[in-house]
Amino acid sequence: MTSVDRVQPAVSADDFIKGLWRENPVFVQVLGMCPVLAVTNSGINALAMGLATTFVLVLSNTLVSLLRRAIPRQVRIATFILIIASFVTVVDYLIQALSLELHRALGAFISLIVVNCLILGRAEAFASKNTVLRSILDGLGMGLGFTFALLCLGGVREILGSGALFGIALFPAGFQPWIVMLLPSGGFFTLGLWLLLFNYLRARRLEERGEAQGVVP
Amino acid sequence: MQAPGQTDNPLRAASWPMYRALVGVGMLCGLLIVSVYVLTLPAITRNETRALQQAVFQVLPGAVARTSFVLTAAGHFREAAEGDDPARMVHAGYTAEGQLAGIAIEGRAMGYQDVIRILYGYAPQQQVVVGMQVLASKETPGLGDRIEKDAGFRANFTALDVTLAADGVSLEHPVEAVKNGTRTAPWQIDGITGATISSSAVAGILNRSSAQWIPVIHQRQADFMRPEATDDQR
Amino acid sequence: MSGDPLWSIFLNASLVNNFVLAYFLGICPFLGVSGKLVTATRMGGAVCFVMLVSSLCAYGIHHLLVAINAPYLQLISFIVVIASTVQLVEMFIKKTSPTLFRALGIFLPLITTNCAILGLALFQTNKGYDLLQSLVYALGAGVGFTLALVLMAGIREKLELASVPDMVRGTALTLMVAGVLSLAFMGFAGLGA
Repeated sequence: MTSVDRVQPAVSADDFIKGLWRENPVFVQVLGMCPVLAVTNSGINALAMGLATTFVLVLSNTLVSLLRRAIPRQVRIATFILIIASFVTVVDYLIQALSLELHRALGAFISLIVVNCLILGRAEAFASKNTVLRSILDGLGMGLGFTFALLCLGGVREILGSGALFGIALFPAGFQPWIVMLLPSGGFFTLGLWLLLFNYLRARRLEERGEAQGVVP
Repeated sequence: MQAPGQTDNPLRAASWPMYRALVGVGMLCGLLIVSVYVLTLPAITRNETRALQQAVFQVLPGAVARTSFVLTAAGHFREAAEGDDPARMVHAGYTAEGQLAGIAIEGRAMGYQDVIRILYGYAPQQQVVVGMQVLASKETPGLGDRIEKDAGFRANFTALDVTLAADGVSLEHPVEAVKNGTRTAPWQIDGITGATISSSAVAGILNRSSAQWIPVIHQRQADFMRPEATDDQR
Repeated sequence: MSGDPLWSIFLNASLVNNFVLAYFLGICPFLGVSGKLVTATRMGGAVCFVMLVSSLCAYGIHHLLVAINAPYLQLISFIVVIASTVQLVEMFIKKTSPTLFRALGIFLPLITTNCAILGLALFQTNKGYDLLQSLVYALGAGVGFTLALVLMAGIREKLELASVPDMVRGTALTLMVAGVLSLAFMGFAGLGA
């Protein structure tokens, strides 16, 4: 007896890698913008936020995937939100226990991980349909992709805005920091420029493949 | 999955898994949250106490121990206990010899961007403010946030005169903000050019908070005297 | 605990600390629904409404949780109660006023998972506002959101006709415009002091 009737796609490295670049949650899918813009005024905040989101994403993906057969379709969104909110509360307390300063710097944005569309999106689109191992890999990939994007923004904004990276001064004393980069508008500009870069790279790759239409969706 | 006898009522059969899923997940999540809360609570309280401790020692030079006091409805101070209103609390700092170094008082007001919270130290013997620290502010980086870093501005708070008037219920000279470089009297605060609103917000906090607290504290100074040298924590 | 006057709270929530342009809350609808002026106005109205409802809920929940001494349930109950209340209100509007429902309806479920709503609930609790202050804060936040959305929609309708390279079109351009708007809103800082 063969198990043709129960085809489960095998675990593949692609589950992990796709989130990092090709389906990067921020630059390609444009999801979860609020924390991306709000907490990226320094590298360390960006890193902490990215790791907290990854943590929630991996755990909620795991639990959703474990329970996917026990949850009826009609109440799935409600249960997903419950699960996500619990893990976010857990992260909130863990960060408070680790470092009060970090908790103050991130402020309410830790709690706001709950409404990050990325997490609910992955639970709904991936974890509720796939095995635990694949869901964990997917969560890890997406989470690290998200962290990478946050670091791209946080790095640029901290380097230009305060002339330092992770608190280490990079420029000679005469450097006049671009304060605007630390302000909210700096967040919008930086993200806009990164998206532009990604659009450009994608358009060029499409052209190289001979599919001449490099149009942005 | 269902027992044969249970499927008589189709509505009930359909709703049972929903109840089971929601209640089950709810219980699981509740358990998770409560256990993490209980596990992390000691560390969180320790962090908060340490942060407050550090801030109090910053604004009260020479202080090495701290006790929090709360102003009771009857108008005197007693040692703060769990659940007291933080808005009615002040923190007394003591030197290594057990002498009262001063009282740290918290104040808040609207700044340029958002609420500014500060802590300042009052030395009752000399009747001056001996230190000030910004606890929380979202002022513009590079301009308004100089209230935290600017050495010239901070120098205002090394001996800011808050002497009581003869009647004992108000200050002889209320704290006031003046333009940068025009400070002439010890009860004036030299503003920061380019951060006028932020620096006068800080002066405003001191003005209101000192008028409210200092007469009471000065009058009830004896409440803060240490009964005996207890240990440093708490 | 907080004695801020009502006008200051309102100005602060709507202009100085505009939810979209200073706190980056509700960016998803800001980018998604700001294409047309009409839709933007309706969305703004719906958001104002949901903000008031959820502000009321959050105030109640906060006091209930303080009473039973369970602060760790704050986040989970905020999100669950606000989501279900909005659903109930949606059903109620559908029954009583189909016209209103057609105007607001499609946006209501979208708004529930909007970070601006949860952000409002968390901020008003953190700031320790009383009931009236909370409602004014919610109204200010809603008005500020609508203002940002409508301004953006106005600009984007004009941009449709501008000749912009293909690569810049879409989200990248919208973000740049939002950056300029955010800079402009910085001029309001200091109003609430």
